Amino acid sequence: MEFLQEQLPALQVVLPLVAASLCALFRFGYLSWLITLSSSILSFLVAVFLLLRVLEQGIISYEIGGWSPPFGIEYRVDLINAFVLLIVSGVSAVIVPYTQKSISARFDSTEQSWFYCMYLLVLTGLLGVTITGDAFNIFVFLEISSLASYAMIAMGRDRRGLTAAYQYLIMGTIGATFIVIGIGLLWAMTGTLNLYDLAGRLPEIKNTRPVLAALAFLTVGVSLKLALFPLHLWLPNAYAYGPSVASAFLAGTATKVAIYLLLRFFFTIFGGATFFTETPLPEILKILALLAMFAASIVAIFQSNIKRMLAYSSVAQIGFIVLGISYATETSLTGAMTHMFNHAIMKAGLFLLLGAIMFRLGSVKIEALSGIGRKMPLTMAGFVILGLSLIGAPGTAGFISKWYLGLGALEQGEWWILVLIVSASLLTMIYIGRVVEVAYFREPTDEVVQLKEAPSEMLWPAYLLIAAAIYFGFDTSFSADLARQAAVLLVNAVY
Amino acid sequence: MIRDTIILRVVIKLLLPAILLFALYVQFHGDYGPGGGFQAGVAAAAAIILYGLVFGVSAARKIVPQKFLFSLIPIGVLVFSGTGIVSWFFGANYLDYSPFGSDSKSGQHLGILIVELGVFITVFSTMLAIFYSFAGRSEILSLDGDTDK
Repeated sequence: MEFLQEQLPALQVVLPLVAASLCALFRFGYLSWLITLSSSILSFLVAVFLLLRVLEQGIISYEIGGWSPPFGIEYRVDLINAFVLLIVSGVSAVIVPYTQKSISARFDSTEQSWFYCMYLLVLTGLLGVTITGDAFNIFVFLEISSLASYAMIAMGRDRRGLTAAYQYLIMGTIGATFIVIGIGLLWAMTGTLNLYDLAGRLPEIKNTRPVLAALAFLTVGVSLKLALFPLHLWLPNAYAYGPSVASAFLAGTATKVAIYLLLRFFFTIFGGATFFTETPLPEILKILALLAMFAASIVAIFQSNIKRMLAYSSVAQIGFIVLGISYATETSLTGAMTHMFNHAIMKAGLFLLLGAIMFRLGSVKIEALSGIGRKMPLTMAGFVILGLSLIGAPGTAGFISKWYLGLGALEQGEWWILVLIVSASLLTMIYIGRVVEVAYFREPTDEVVQLKEAPSEMLWPAYLLIAAAIYFGFDTSFSADLARQAAVLLVNAVY
Repeated sequence: MIRDTIILRVVIKLLLPAILLFALYVQFHGDYGPGGGFQAGVAAAAAIILYGLVFGVSAARKIVPQKFLFSLIPIGVLVFSGTGIVSWFFGANYLDYSPFGSDSKSGQHLGILIVELGVFITVFSTMLAIFYSFAGRSEILSLDGDTDK
């Protein structure tokens, strides 16, 4: 048992990887789903055990192949990435039970297997990026997850999914190239790829030009991956035209892992908040974050496709998170990390509910939804609750994270940021309100009248997320307190 | 048509065994000299692709059927990741080959050989799968009658 505990970090990545290979080997839809389900749930359990172990005994270091760091590849779990591992594997474990219904309705048995194979490869890549302590390994896993997600998005119902996937491929590859150039520069300057060895060596040479260039490349590359305004253009189409399951999964995990990378590079490796605030990065990030919050929210208001609307809303919410990062204080980073956690829950839930509407109605155009609140009451009620959480209404998870973000700004004496946070939240209210108005206050159309409530296999995973969105609005001992502990580690560059 | 050139057909048939043998050399000599699973996989796939270019994709598909090929891709990954899992049964870390042999050196040797075999299988089959998809597409197009024949 003790041995198994020691092997948990490797198991976290190996489980979905082997499961993905098995799906591709058997190519039988239902079996692939069972494999995906069991490996996803096991991955989640591994993440839970890892977090408990980190809380109990501190940082876990694991030597892949028995080669000791910094020469070999090290997997290193501290509170920061244990928290992200939990988000990624948790969102995945909730989504998989839902997929069977939605995927089997559209694909034949072999195609389903390929879908599950891609899904698991995305999961492998994201968990790998999060857990690894090796800079080049980050790039490899990032490419595994990205390539698999391009394929997953191309499998969408809409033919536009193909162009969206292609666009994402080009932008994602540019991002990955920037990241690898940044890593290459760091390696050239220090001769090491181990993140924590890098962190030890960088402070001496932090003001040399190659290191600053590396920081710039890494910032732009990772910002592309996390869809920071104005590098977000791949995201709306990718989320809107990919399969609903893929949108829910990627919205809940992929951008969150990219944000984790940003935090890791900015704070742990480059020497904490002191170095970060010496660079012009805080101002740049703050301006881009504010632009994202407003521009993306305003664009979201004018979307007729609700999936696209939520995709733009994701860009705006990423703006909130990056705003928190830009202050680089304990409170604001707590807000950023809590929002990362809460947004993963809310957005995954919203996309799952939209997927249920797509499944019954075959469309997510806003005008097609008139009166749907009467025919699919549970689905729409869930949408309203998650929508309120997205707005940041008190009593929901969204309120907690925005509270911390606002507090972070107030601590710096910038009260006007608080005003901006509230007004961006009002914009959220407008676009969520549009859907609510159409769904509840208009007469049902002929198509809507014939609708039935979404199947229970699709509803309960979404309701699990809804319950989480309410629960974490009242009990923050898990989400915000853990995020605060992680934020302390980040600000002081403890590793 | 390129297919009717007797010189090409004879020369390719003569070259094929040499290419495959060279691929195997690169594969198994990889731990002493330059080479390894990736290069060997590409070389072996190149042999089949060359055969396919001259004798037609359907002839190549008879040597390596598509279904079999699609199974080979994950099998290679499973060989690689399975080697790591075997390490667990020896009580070592993931992908630690040291306990495979009587001493750590021979263990590492055996481990890397198996892992490279996994790399070979996946690279070989992926290369061929890409070739089949592109080449198979032109066959579909020519059935529709809109190629330059």
